Amino acid sequence: MTADLRSIVELAPLVRSRAVSPVELTEACLQRIEARPELNAFITVLRERALAEAQWAEEEIAAGGYRGPLHGIPISIKDLVDVAGTPTTSGSAVPPRHPETDAPIVTRLRTAGAVIVGKTNLHEFAFGTTSEESAFGPVRHPRDPGRSAGGSSGGAAVALIEGMCYGSVGTDTGGSIRIPSAACGSVGLKPAYGELPCDGVVPLSTTLDHIGPMARTVIDTAIMFAVMKGASVEADSRVKYAFGVPERYFCDRLHPDVREALGTTRERLERAGHEVRTVEIEHASRTPEVYLHIVLPEASWYHAATLATHEASYSPGVRLRLEMGRYILAEDHVRALHFRTVLRRAVDKALDGCDALLLPTLPIPAPVLGEASVDVDGTQEPVRAAMLRLTQLFNISGHPAIALPAGTTGDGWPVSVQLVGRHGETERLLGIAAAVER
Amino acid sequence: MTIEAWLKAACEDAERRGLAELKPLLETLARSTAALREADRLIDRARL
Repeated sequence: MTADLRSIVELAPLVRSRAVSPVELTEACLQRIEARPELNAFITVLRERALAEAQWAEEEIAAGGYRGPLHGIPISIKDLVDVAGTPTTSGSAVPPRHPETDAPIVTRLRTAGAVIVGKTNLHEFAFGTTSEESAFGPVRHPRDPGRSAGGSSGGAAVALIEGMCYGSVGTDTGGSIRIPSAACGSVGLKPAYGELPCDGVVPLSTTLDHIGPMARTVIDTAIMFAVMKGASVEADSRVKYAFGVPERYFCDRLHPDVREALGTTRERLERAGHEVRTVEIEHASRTPEVYLHIVLPEASWYHAATLATHEASYSPGVRLRLEMGRYILAEDHVRALHFRTVLRRAVDKALDGCDALLLPTLPIPAPVLGEASVDVDGTQEPVRAAMLRLTQLFNISGHPAIALPAGTTGDGWPVSVQLVGRHGETERLLGIAAAVER
Repeated sequence: MTIEAWLKAACEDAERRGLAELKPLLETLARSTAALREADRLIDRARL
C-alpha cells in the first residue's frame, strides 16, 4: 500500500473544500498502521473512535463549521500522554494509568478538530534513545527492521514517515523528539522549557521534560505547534539570518556523512545570503554529567513506589538506570541544578548576535538494534551517550530546538540538522527552520 | 562524602539488594560525579 505523504498544509484546503474526506483519510491511515505491524509503531490503535471522530469532523465541515488546518486530520499521540478512556502504558509492563481526562495538549488538538488514530510506541517510560526497550516490542526502522528508529518517541516518527498519520505528539527530555526525527528523516520541535504544559504526561525528569510536535515538514510542525500553544507562526523568506555553528564539542566526533551534511547545509545557507559563523558554547563538555545528575534522581523519585512493588515489570536496562538514580547524593543533584544556570547562560552567550545555532542532531545515522556501542569516526562510544550528545544540552538550558532533515548518508540513511533559538522565540525559530528546510 | 566512600557504600548496598549488575554502572556514575564536582569547583559561584 502506497503511503500518502501529503502534508497537512496541502490537505487542509482540500478537507475544507470537501474535496478530501476525513473519514477516507483516517481509514487510509488505519490501513497503513495495520499493514506494517512488525514496525511496532503503535501500542493502541483507536480504530472505532478515530472513524467516529472523522465522521463528526466531516459533518461539521459540511455544515460550515471548519475549525482550522487540523480539522479532520489524523494525528497520533505518544503513549506517555493521557488520552481519556485509553490506558497510558508508557511502553511498559508496569500497570498503566487509566486517565479519565485528556492531557491539556490533547484537549487543544481535539478542539482544533484533529482525529486521534492511536497511541504510539516508545522507549519504556521515555528512558532511552532507541525505542528498543518496550513491553510492546522494539520500534523498528521502516528502512531496515534491524535498525532503531531512535527514541524515545520512536513510534511517533515511524508513524509519520510511513503515512500512518500526518502529525504526532512526542516528548523530549534529552532529545526524544529530535533523535527519532533525525533517525527517520522527519521534523521534530522541542519548544522552550515550560512553553507547553506537561500536565497529563508521565514524567521522566520534570526539570528537563518537554512536550512538542512532530511532522514531516517544518510548516506542518508549525501548524501543530500553533494549535498546541495557541499561537501563530509566519515565515518570512526574505529575511537573511545569522547562524552560529558551535564546532567545539558538538562537531568533534561525527560520522563523516553527518559532517558532510552539516557542511553542505552551511554552504547552501551562505549561497542564499545568510551568514554562518563559528561560535563556542562554554562548558558544553560538562553537559553529560549535568544531565545525568538531574535525570537519574528525578526519574527515580517518580518510580520509587512502583520499583518497590513491580520491579520485575520494568525492562532490565530501564530498571537499572532507575536504581542508579536512588544513589545520587542530594549535594550532587544540587550541583547539577546550579550548573544548569551556567549552561543556560553559555547558550545565551553563544546566541548573541545570531538568530539561531546550527549543528547536527545526531552524530550517527540510525544505529543497529541491540548494539551497546557504536563507532563514531573511529572511536567506540556507548550508543545512548552518542545519541544524546548533541541534543541534551538544550533540555538543560531550556532553549527551543528543532530537528529537520539535511539529506542522507552515502547509503541512504537520513541525516538531520538542529536549529536552536533564543528563549521566547520559538515561533521565530520555526520561521528560521522554514528558511533552512529544502 | 568522598566519591570513593560513596562508591564503596553504593556497591555494598547494591550487592546486599541483589543488584550486583548495578556495580559497573555505579563505577561509571562515580566518574561522572567526579567530573561534575571538578566542574563545580572551577565555576565562579559569585557569578551565579
